[in-house]
Amino acid sequence: MLEVGGILSWIHEALSSACPEWLTLLIEYVLIGVGFLALYALIALILILLERKICAYYQCRLGPMRAGFWGLLQPLADMFKILMKEIIPLLKNDKFLFFTALFLVIMGSLCTFGALEFSKDLIGIDFNVGVFYVLAISSLGVLGILLAGWSSNNKYTMIGAMRAGAQLVSYELSSGLSLLAIVILGGTMQLSGLIEAQSELWFLFQSPFTWIAMVIYLIAGHAETNRGPFDLPEAESELTAGYHIEYSGITFGLFYVGEYVNMFTIAGIGTMVFLGGWQPLHIPGADAFNEIMNMIPTWLWFFAKAFALVMLSLWVRWSFPRLRIDQLLHLEWKILMPISLLNMLLMALWVAYF
Amino acid sequence: MEKTLKMIQSVSSSCTKIEAADVMVSVDKKDLHKVCEALYKDGWDYLINLNAIDNVENIEIVYHISKSADMEKFLVLKTNTTDVENPIIETVSDIWKSANLYEREAYDFFGVRFLNHPDMRRLFLRPDWVGYPLRKNYDNTPNEGIPSKVHDMDACEDVPSITLDRHGEIVENHTNLFGRNEYVVNFGPQHPSTHGVLHLRVSLDGEMIKKIDPNFGYIHRGIEKMMESMTYPQMLYLTERFDYLCGSMNRHALCMCVEKAMGIEIPKRAEYIRTIFDELNRIASHLLGWACMCNDMGSITAFIYGMRDREKIMDIFQETAGGRLMVNYYVIGGVAQDIHPNFVNRVKEFIPYLRKMIKEYHTLFTGNPIARGRMINCGFLKKEDAVALGMSGPNGRASGWHCDVRKIAPYAAYSEVDFKEILHDGGDTIDRYMIRLEEIEESLKIIEQLIDKIPEGDFRAKVPAIVKVPEGEYYQRVENARGDFGVYLKSTGDKSPYRIHFRSPSLVAVSGLDPICKDTKIADLIMIGGSLDYVIPCIDR
Repeated sequence: MLEVGGILSWIHEALSSACPEWLTLLIEYVLIGVGFLALYALIALILILLERKICAYYQCRLGPMRAGFWGLLQPLADMFKILMKEIIPLLKNDKFLFFTALFLVIMGSLCTFGALEFSKDLIGIDFNVGVFYVLAISSLGVLGILLAGWSSNNKYTMIGAMRAGAQLVSYELSSGLSLLAIVILGGTMQLSGLIEAQSELWFLFQSPFTWIAMVIYLIAGHAETNRGPFDLPEAESELTAGYHIEYSGITFGLFYVGEYVNMFTIAGIGTMVFLGGWQPLHIPGADAFNEIMNMIPTWLWFFAKAFALVMLSLWVRWSFPRLRIDQLLHLEWKILMPISLLNMLLMALWVAYF
Repeated sequence: MEKTLKMIQSVSSSCTKIEAADVMVSVDKKDLHKVCEALYKDGWDYLINLNAIDNVENIEIVYHISKSADMEKFLVLKTNTTDVENPIIETVSDIWKSANLYEREAYDFFGVRFLNHPDMRRLFLRPDWVGYPLRKNYDNTPNEGIPSKVHDMDACEDVPSITLDRHGEIVENHTNLFGRNEYVVNFGPQHPSTHGVLHLRVSLDGEMIKKIDPNFGYIHRGIEKMMESMTYPQMLYLTERFDYLCGSMNRHALCMCVEKAMGIEIPKRAEYIRTIFDELNRIASHLLGWACMCNDMGSITAFIYGMRDREKIMDIFQETAGGRLMVNYYVIGGVAQDIHPNFVNRVKEFIPYLRKMIKEYHTLFTGNPIARGRMINCGFLKKEDAVALGMSGPNGRASGWHCDVRKIAPYAAYSEVDFKEILHDGGDTIDRYMIRLEEIEESLKIIEQLIDKIPEGDFRAKVPAIVKVPEGEYYQRVENARGDFGVYLKSTGDKSPYRIHFRSPSLVAVSGLDPICKDTKIADLIMIGGSLDYVIPCIDR
């Protein structure tokens, strides 16, 4: 009754009874696009408020309190402020690349966001090679960041972009390898198929090696979102703002939003491959318990798990100091990568013998 | 000291001993370099301060020297040149590294050029500034001497120097600071981690640092010049504006300097109150230093924690003195008013609170593997380098140099309390980090010993309505939160000083950035800058 899937099929039936097929499809595509963009913006706003409040509590402060009750309207106020700000044009930069970079970053973030399955039957992009799609499209952001740093014609953005390039390309390896370990366990690359495979038991409880994969994925994913302790590309105290120094107004705002939603996307993919996505918590054998869990709507399960991972990311973000670039690469290439390769091998053995 | 005097006399026959409060020797400028070399070989390896004085008929350079191994020794060396139009004196920057910046300062304000000095650029003012502002004949009508043309950054890279050629003629050389193809990044003046308006020109090779050239003077206010036309009580208000994070201690230095010169005995109660305030201020400053360093390393939570606890000290200050950052509490002869009735209780409540919090800091940040990985084996400073650069204070003590003025030349109530001078021998960033947290605990101990024993009585001695310092030269040192802070005062018996100079521990800390940061990474530069804990207004004065 609380499922979104029912509403969607009702809309589909209503539309197809009133319009020809091509028009139904067209209207539905537009609706889905608008819906995704709205959700994208909404999640960004929620995350911005959440982060400001959470970090304030870590730091013994109250955070925003003035706009609306308990500061609830603060992200809206921020949004309107940033929309109205002037976009300061630069004199000697490559304008085409400067704005293409922004487009690439947002596109990468939005397309990855589309691959999330928010509840039962609610998935935007569901390829049979979904995991590859996610890995491929999310790396579009690196290109955007590199271009942003290069085209700004500024020494700080340049250093920031180079750091980002080194960091993101490296960490994509271990996040990809840990996802592949799960692909071995689930036996499919389709994201909805992976979730289906967890209907009895979440992957996390199916094999001990999933734990290793999950820890590595969370570390690498956290690094891919450029957030502390891995925020070197924008290291505020070193490079002032890294690759997006020269962006102003909403052009900066889009980088900002992209970063926040990426955090959610990483948490969402983590939820889908390790924590069962929208699947309720099931214990094999305990049928009464499973029935109760099934009564909770699936979208609530998904968002609860994803936000729990987001909270973990915020916790890390506000507790640790920043790594140095050599330590960062050392962590990836000498620690995480060998472990995830080994883990993939062990997972294959586990799947073959158990 | 007799031995040293004899030694100087054997090197330079023209030297004369001057009768003054400190041991003072005048040397002919021809023998200066020889004398300094001999002194250095004799163990006088710490040049505390160097300043110039315009006596109209001649220009005098004063050197305050001490021994790093025996810091209680203190010697004042003087030399002068009668060529006021084109004063040239031989450099001592090849003997004491710290003289490098001091001599540039003397050139900037007095036009004294130093022979063989490698880098005779102006230190604070723009390269195209006209005239030397601290000269007595300087025309300080507004807008005179301030160049109108647009300041060209490239002019900062042109390094002039003067040397003697084979025939003994003076030749001027020009070199360029950076090579043509160097990747030079401007850190500052607007940068979140330079702790004020410091401007560093950093030459990079990828992430590695090749060379750092600090560029000062963005907030230079000419306080030393302003003070020459102020009365002594007026001057006090400016002292807190140097190093605003430990303003009371700077003010203490000037108060003591004037009191010593006038022979004013200040009441015991005032001495105790001053000591407690100094230590509270030191804690506040170290807390902020710790917090900023954590922030520089990307840990914003730790920054807020430090600020939160510092606020409690500010509240204590506010209750008694009215001021928070600028406490404005000390006056010549004592303190401005008596302590607030709540003061003792609030301080007593604060001590256990902060002890608990320091434990939390260690859990949150010191024990953090990322923080330790960043700080250990990074930013090494040898003891010899610390002495040569004159890097006293917590930075010097982290390298194992015993240089606490509170121990060397105790003032106020420091001789009556039992406290440890924290010494580390690592010289790493982690030592400079730890020493601040440990010094906070020592300061708490000092306060604990004094807070119950504040004697009854006057809080202020009788001081003449118009303060006139008797003729002479005076130097007073205090240990402020960043190191050896000194006031040099030359009076002609008037109600304002003839020349006043302040020795800034932050200036030497910044001069240490280049040797410490060579071949480290950008991230380390920021962290090391945080660990050196310099305050820019103290440099720019």
